[in-house]
Formats: sequence, C-alpha cells, structure tokens
Amino acid sequence: MFQYTVRRLLDLVFVLLGVSILVFLMVRFIPGDAVAIMLGANTDITPERVDALRRQIGLDLPVYEQYWNWLTGALRGDLGTSIWTGTPVGQEILARLPATFEITLLALVLALLLSFPLGVLAARARGTGGDVVVRVIAIVGLTLPSFWVGVLLLYFFSIYLPRWPAIGYVPFGEDPLGNLARVALPTVAVSLPMVAGLTRILRSSLLEVLSSDYVRTARAKGVSERVMLYKHALRNAMIPMITVIGVQLGYLLSGVVVIEQVFAIPGVGRLMVGAINERNYPLLQGVVLVVTGVFVVVNLLVDLAYAWIDPRVEYS
Amino acid sequence: MSAAEPQREAGAPATSAAEPLLQVRDLRVTLDTPRGRADALRGVSFTLRRGDTVGLIGESGCGKSLTGLALMGLLPEGAEVAGSMRFDGREMVGLAEDEWCRLRGDRMSMVFQEPMTALYPLNPDGRQIAEPLLLHLRMDSRAARAEALRLLERVRMPQAARRLDAWPHQLSGGQRQRVLIAIALACNPALLVADEPTTALDATLQREVLQLIGGLVHECGMALLLISHDLGVMAENVDRTMVMYGGTVVEAGPTAGVFARLAHPYTRGLFAARPRLGLPRGTRLPTIPGRVPELADLPHGCPFADRCDRVTPECRAAPPAPVPVAGDDDHVARCIHLDASMAPTRRDEADA
Repeated sequence: MFQYTVRRLLDLVFVLLGVSILVFLMVRFIPGDAVAIMLGANTDITPERVDALRRQIGLDLPVYEQYWNWLTGALRGDLGTSIWTGTPVGQEILARLPATFEITLLALVLALLLSFPLGVLAARARGTGGDVVVRVIAIVGLTLPSFWVGVLLLYFFSIYLPRWPAIGYVPFGEDPLGNLARVALPTVAVSLPMVAGLTRILRSSLLEVLSSDYVRTARAKGVSERVMLYKHALRNAMIPMITVIGVQLGYLLSGVVVIEQVFAIPGVGRLMVGAINERNYPLLQGVVLVVTGVFVVVNLLVDLAYAWIDPRVEYS
Repeated sequence: MSAAEPQREAGAPATSAAEPLLQVRDLRVTLDTPRGRADALRGVSFTLRRGDTVGLIGESGCGKSLTGLALMGLLPEGAEVAGSMRFDGREMVGLAEDEWCRLRGDRMSMVFQEPMTALYPLNPDGRQIAEPLLLHLRMDSRAARAEALRLLERVRMPQAARRLDAWPHQLSGGQRQRVLIAIALACNPALLVADEPTTALDATLQREVLQLIGGLVHECGMALLLISHDLGVMAENVDRTMVMYGGTVVEAGPTAGVFARLAHPYTRGLFAARPRLGLPRGTRLPTIPGRVPELADLPHGCPFADRCDRVTPECRAAPPAPVPVAGDDDHVARCIHLDASMAPTRRDEADA
C-alpha cells in the first residue's frame, strides 16, 4: 500500500508536467498576448515600447525557452509573478484558495448530508410514492445547471430577502456569520447536482446489495431489515459511492469556478477566468497546476479509500 | 423472556412430545410474476419430526426452493401465504417480521446453493459465524469468537484457527460452504433447510459436504429438509423423499419405497432421464416431453397432465387426491392412474 501510494504520487509529477505543457501551449494559441491587451486602445505607443515590454515580461524568447524558464522556476517553488500586478503567483493563488475550498467542502458536506438520508429513504420505500418523489427530484437536480440555480437564488433572495448579503465574500475569520451567509447560496447551487447524483447512485447500489445472496444469508441468520440496511448494505454501497464522490468532486471544482462569477466571489475560479481574459500566462499556469494537483490527489485518496473499505482490493 | 419463546437447548421440545417439530398443512403461496399473480405452491402438506431427514426433489420451477423459503419466512416481496405451518408448537403463517427474525438463525436455519456469493465480502469469516451467536444467544464477542472457532472445527474446516480471520474471497467454494454450514448450525437449530447445498461444488466435494451435513444433523438431533434435483443425493441422504411438480407434492414416501416403486408418472420420468453408468456411448437419455409450464399456465387438473403419457380426460377435471401406493399409507402419490403407471419390473427388483 505504501509502495502504491508512492508510485501514484510519482504519477502525479508526470500528470502535472503534461498538463503544464498543454496549458502553456494552449494559452499562447489565444489571439493577442498580454502586452497587446495591456496597451489596448492606447495610440501613442511606439513599437519600441511594445518590444521593451515584451522583453521585460520574457515574451520575446522562443516558447520552449519560456517554458524551460517557467519549469525551472516552478521546481524551485517559484511560479513566477503576475504580469499585471507584479505579485508572486503563489501568493495570489493562496489568497484566493480559502473561498474556493470553503465552498467546495461545504457543498460536498451538504451533498453527503442530504444524499444519504434521501438514498436510504428511496431504497427503503422502493416502488412507492416516496421513492418516486425522490427519484423525480434527483432527475430534476441533475438537469438544472448550477449557475442557473445560482442566478435564480440570487433573484429570489434579492426580492424577498433584500437584506441577505447574497453577493461577495468575507473571510470566516473576520465575520463568521457574514461569511456563512455569503457562501450559503453558492454552496446550495453548486451542490444540487451532486446531491442528485449521489442519491441516485446510493439508491440503486443499496437495492442491488439488498437483493444479493449475502443479504439473504444475513436474513437467514435472523438479522433484521434495519440492521441489514444500515450495517451491511450501506457499507457495501459505499464502494460505488466513493467512486462517484471522487468524480463529482472534480465537477464540483469546475462548478465552483462558474458559480464564483455569479456570486462575485474572489476565488480561484475568478482568478482563472481573469487570467485567461488578461492573457496572464504565469498566473493561469499556476492556477491550473494547483487545480490539477488537487484533482489528482483527490483521486488518489479515493483509490486508497477502496482498500480501506473492501478487503478484496489489493494494490500491486 | 416470555413463556412462548422457544427454549434454547436443541432437541428439547417446546411442546408435548406428541406434536411433530414441523407440520405443514395445505401451504399455498401466490407470487407476483411479470404475467400477473400466480399460484406457486398449491397445497403442500408434510410433517417433520426431530431427527427426520426429508428430501424435496423436482425440476427447477416446481416449487421446491419456494417451499424452503416459505418455511424460513424469506419469500420474495409481494408473496402471499395461506394454509398452515406449525413449527415448535406455533403457527408461522402470518408471523410478524420481527418474530421471524427471532426464529431464523436460532431455531431454524438455511444453507443455500451459491457459496461463492452467499458470504458478506467485507467481514472476516469469524465475525460472520459469530453474528447469530451475538444476535440470538447474546454472547459477548470473545465468547462468540471462541464458539465460532469451535464451529469451524466442527464443520472440519482445515486450519480452522487461521480461517477465523480470513476473508471470504480467500476461501474455496467448498470452504465457503463449510463456513455457511457453520453459520447455519451456530445456534443449534431444530430445523435445517439445505437448498441444493452442493450443486455448485465439485463432484468430489459434494459427497463430503453432504456427509458432513448428514453427520451434524444426526449428532444434533435436528430435522433436515434437503432440496435437490439430484436423485443420487436423495437416495444417499434422506429417509423420506417428496417429489414436487407444479407446486404440489406429487409423490411422497420412504426414500427406498419411492425409488423402488416410482408410482407417479413424473417420478418415473425423472428416473428414466437420469444418466447411468454402463449405458452404451451415444445412448439418448429419455426425456420428459414438453417443459415445466410457467406458473400462470398450470392446468387446472393434474399439473403434469400436459406432459404425461397416460393422460385421460379425467386427469384434467380436478387436481388428483393423494392415493396410497401399493396399500402403503406412508407412501402416497397424486395420480388417478396409479396402477397403470406402476412399474412391475422395478417393484420386482426391489422385492428380490
């Protein structure tokens, strides 16, 4: 298991390398570089000034040389400086991470808190009205895009609860209540599809487990249906659940990127969108690197969780 | 503990010695099928005393497994049960689910066909064997573990002490079936239902596992209901045999008598269709014409009428009543053409 973990972390290095090359090339395919956008409509610029600016940022070098400079810097822990503000990229990202992580984690927790009871309820009431209601809600939840739900929430809150601080962000440390009030709506919007997806998976895997041979064995032992559901079935249903949670966490991250625009939350997502618009290459490169790293680590944790739940899983 | 609760000691009857352990009378089960409700069991009756070993034989779909599940209260959702099943002096038809839970695994147990999937994959064997002990006998976990080890030794599990902490996926099919037998026997039940317990095992293991079950049943004074489609298994392991077809017992009697007389045409068909040593290579085995009808299509009269070579219009008039075979009240068959369908040569062999 230890060996497996180490090997997966080594894989992580290669994934990050590949992603960084891809992103490095991709952003340079977008027409117009940072300098062109910076100077914008300014007419009294001379080609000399443009070249000076390019040289200053390092855009005059061949692409492979630019990448090499960036890579050696990144290996030393220096992700470069933001073209526009001149602050270190690492510092900019660190400042934005808390908001994004807070919403992502809260949305995950909310999704788990809601989908477990709903999934169990639907499985227990299989075929009855309650089951149908839960399943319809789940389908609807899967279909609604979270940014649309977010806009809708904003709309209703600003009409009926105009004093609710629906937009913006304050760190939890500064104003705990204000923080929670502001992250509540985006959290709900972004976790809705996850609630729906997890509920459906839980319901179907519970039903599958409940019709299995070993549940029949347990019933023949005299285990009651309740104990069966909570002790045997739920634990077994966790195996597909964890897979889906891992995948959904990726979707959740991208959902947060969009929802940060809707609610004007200064998170990593907004940072990334801004970086793309400004052709802020080092910043974009850094953000993508961090998000990819998080995603790969989450997937590793998911794989390790299998072994923890299921003795049949062996890593080799 | 209420007075009605059955006593723990195996073999100690909760009722007077006169009453048999299990008395099934006119058991009827209706199931939901894709084609509507269907009568799956149509008046099954039999009696089991302590120490009895009874076999249920028939083709798939004849209702033998369903009879076992009905006895355990494990029928699929939507099943309706009518008639009477008296076990240990109390009626089980209409029993509440929590009372079933108290009976199952304690006073009655079941071993199933598929050992490969019948064990919970996420718990070690020892804990699975200990579960009924914790549940019914309220043992503490240490005592249950010790008892689980003793049970593994009783089912002759090789290296029992090591298997206690093994996972099901580390065991072979035969070993898993031993674990399942240990689970079934944990609380010393009065009745053991074994539904095709060896069908999924290698031929060499079949005999060993059946002998194990037989030996343990004898040791503990349990009653055994053995469900199988294998005539050889019946001949070697049970004192009485019941032949099922179309949800009814078409013939029942002492195993030796049933095998010797083959009173019911269906029993005869089953015997004729079995492979034997010594047949010339390429011999076609006789088959029973037609196939087991779907439950919803069972004829009104004798369920076997459509496949029987002795069928007459009277056969389709009404379900035939049980008739003593050769004047033996202990051996009955549901057929109105009994005399015609008797096999004199077979009987002569048995008499000789």
